[in-house]
Amino acid sequence: MIQAVRKEKDQYLANFAEFERQGTGPVPDWLQQLRKASILRVAEYGFPTTRDEDWKYTNLAPLSRTAFGLAGPTRLYDQLSDHWLLGLPGPRLVFVNGFLSSDLSRRDGLPDSVQVQSLSEALTHAPDLVGRHVGKYADPDEHAFTALNTAFMKEGSLVVVPPGTVLETPIHLIYLSTGSEHPFAVHPRNLLLIGANSEVRIVEGYAGQAGVAYFCNPVTELVAGDASNVDHYTIQAEGDKGFHIGTLRTCQERSSSLRLASFDVGGSLVRHNLTVTLDGEGANALLHGLYLGASDQLIDNHTRIEHVKAHCDSRELYKGILTDSSRAVFHGRIVVSKGAQKTDSKQTNNNLLLSNDCLVNTKPQLEIYADDVKCTHGATIGRLEEESLFYLRSRGIDKQAAANLLTYAFASEIVSQVRIGDLRNQLDRFLFAWLGHVPE
Amino acid sequence: MLEIRNLHVSANNKPILRGITLTLKKGEVHSIMGPNGSGKSTLAQVLAGRESYEVTAGEIMYDGKNLLDMAPEDRAREGVFMAFQYPVEIRGVSNMYFLRAALNSIRKYRGEDDVDAMDFLSLVRNKMKLLQMDDALINRAVNEGFSGGEKKRNEIFQLAVLEPRLAILDETDSGLDIDALKIVAEGVNALRSPDRTFLVITHYQRLLNHIVPDFVHVLAEGRIVLSGDKSLAFELEEKGYSWLEKEPVG
Ligand SMILES: Nc1ncnc2c1ncn2[C@@H]1O[C@H](COP(=O)(O)OP(=O)(O)O)[C@@H](O)[C@H]1O
Ligand SMILES: [Mg+2]
Repeated sequence: MIQAVRKEKDQYLANFAEFERQGTGPVPDWLQQLRKASILRVAEYGFPTTRDEDWKYTNLAPLSRTAFGLAGPTRLYDQLSDHWLLGLPGPRLVFVNGFLSSDLSRRDGLPDSVQVQSLSEALTHAPDLVGRHVGKYADPDEHAFTALNTAFMKEGSLVVVPPGTVLETPIHLIYLSTGSEHPFAVHPRNLLLIGANSEVRIVEGYAGQAGVAYFCNPVTELVAGDASNVDHYTIQAEGDKGFHIGTLRTCQERSSSLRLASFDVGGSLVRHNLTVTLDGEGANALLHGLYLGASDQLIDNHTRIEHVKAHCDSRELYKGILTDSSRAVFHGRIVVSKGAQKTDSKQTNNNLLLSNDCLVNTKPQLEIYADDVKCTHGATIGRLEEESLFYLRSRGIDKQAAANLLTYAFASEIVSQVRIGDLRNQLDRFLFAWLGHVPE
Repeated sequence: MLEIRNLHVSANNKPILRGITLTLKKGEVHSIMGPNGSGKSTLAQVLAGRESYEVTAGEIMYDGKNLLDMAPEDRAREGVFMAFQYPVEIRGVSNMYFLRAALNSIRKYRGEDDVDAMDFLSLVRNKMKLLQMDDALINRAVNEGFSGGEKKRNEIFQLAVLEPRLAILDETDSGLDIDALKIVAEGVNALRSPDRTFLVITHYQRLLNHIVPDFVHVLAEGRIVLSGDKSLAFELEEKGYSWLEKEPVG
């Protein structure tokens, strides 16, 4: 284990040296310093181990064991070109192995005032804007994987929506990982800045080719301005050999409404670090999550909701369906600061187990430092109810169809939250197909 | 059409039914009455195929086939329908979707095509009218948030749509006020036909004022202790059930 850790550190340090040698065009001073400080942080602490309370159930050994090199540009994405994420209509930036694909990207249909740029474009055209925000919300000192992402920060997406803009069309940021001779790591960095009174829906999608070993380590920082209305969807549909450790850090200003929904429908070892900060009075956040685990997948959702200011509401509902020998972790932390009076927060996690070998660890954690608050949480882990199955079968529906119908109904509560019709339909379709492969 | 011979049933190793023999001919309406805990629901559930009950002896023939060999869904497809005493809430599945899936699986079994969307809609409308059901219920999740009476009405509505050959009603009257009882009973009466057999299970005689049976059987402690015509129901209403346990049987 110790050796594995050393090896993984050496690997990333070697990658960093190579990364610096390659150069990536003009790099502002602040970025050079930030990268250097971040790689030092990685070198100093390495990856977390299961001795770390926040990683107790997620052993990173499989990730540490593999030597992930730097990714190179590739056009070999044939096998992903008909991926359903690419079937979603609307403007999009598409990246292949960490590089912007101008063939697959399209930006028509957006008002001129809205900026949708790749990070490398933004670093050329608006380095100061990026510098003012990047790393201000997702602190590299806080998390090893944020540090790793920051050290290799080079490509990703910048979305800037000026105040008072209502965007009809959703924006898609899609990261594909595909064929390569050696295992590789990509570190997409997204900065989403939504102005006051604006309304926008953003989809972040991650997909990878089956059989290809890679590590995708994205970090997204999202700022929702005063009274803005923001929907953000994370679709994690990595390939079966893909590792995904994703960080989403949101910061909400006064009276803003944020709806987050996360769908885990792929990947081998998956971890989400989600931190939502309610940093303006009257803000509210709605968090939904659905994770589907099969074979020996591990899907870990760590969410943290920080109530910093008074009169904010948060609602969180995560649901999981597990089969085969898959495992899931849900850890939901709610932190209510001293000043956050009249906080109203509710957290729920429901899990459905379809096999005998799957496993869920669920843990709520409330840290409350204010006295006039309403916080509740609840978690369930269960199987399909025999009574419900019998009821459906007694009306002529066969056993497998009855099980699928009940499982679908369990998941559809989350899918139905999606406020983009095309995405909702695709997720629905995916769910049906997934259920078709679940053995009885 | 249904022959139950010497049926013994246990649940969790506890004997519940202790030798039931009963013959229902095509088109007949039989009623089973009995005190709480006598095994009425157990009989209904075993007929519908509930796997948590163990048949320890006896047999059930349905139209010449061994009913106990059939999965619950196949029984339904062969025309067996049981209206639950406690209908189950199915979250997230709309009544409409559920009924259509049920009807189509029954049709498929018979080698028929899926029901046409428009035909299905008009079928549903007709049957809802028959039971004076609130339109809103059809688009809600199955039984979710329904009142006790609405759930019972929904069971008979399903019966009306699926048109079984053997309908088993397990205490459909409980939880219904007198007006609802009349509507449901009228609905059931409208479905009576020479081709459809009914087994009406009830604790009280009042349902039988509206659905008049051809035969009445009294179940006590897992056995049929008395059989007769509809006048037996009135006798039971007057005397209650307690005298049954004291009187020697046979
Ligand atoms: N699954 C079961 N496990 C154990 N005992 C049961 C089960 N189901 C029913 N019983 C028992 O069997 C008896 C008959 O129950 P039931 O058939 O529901 O009676 P009724 O419908 O006539 O009121 C009761 O004593 C009841 O507690
Ligand atoms: Mg009963």
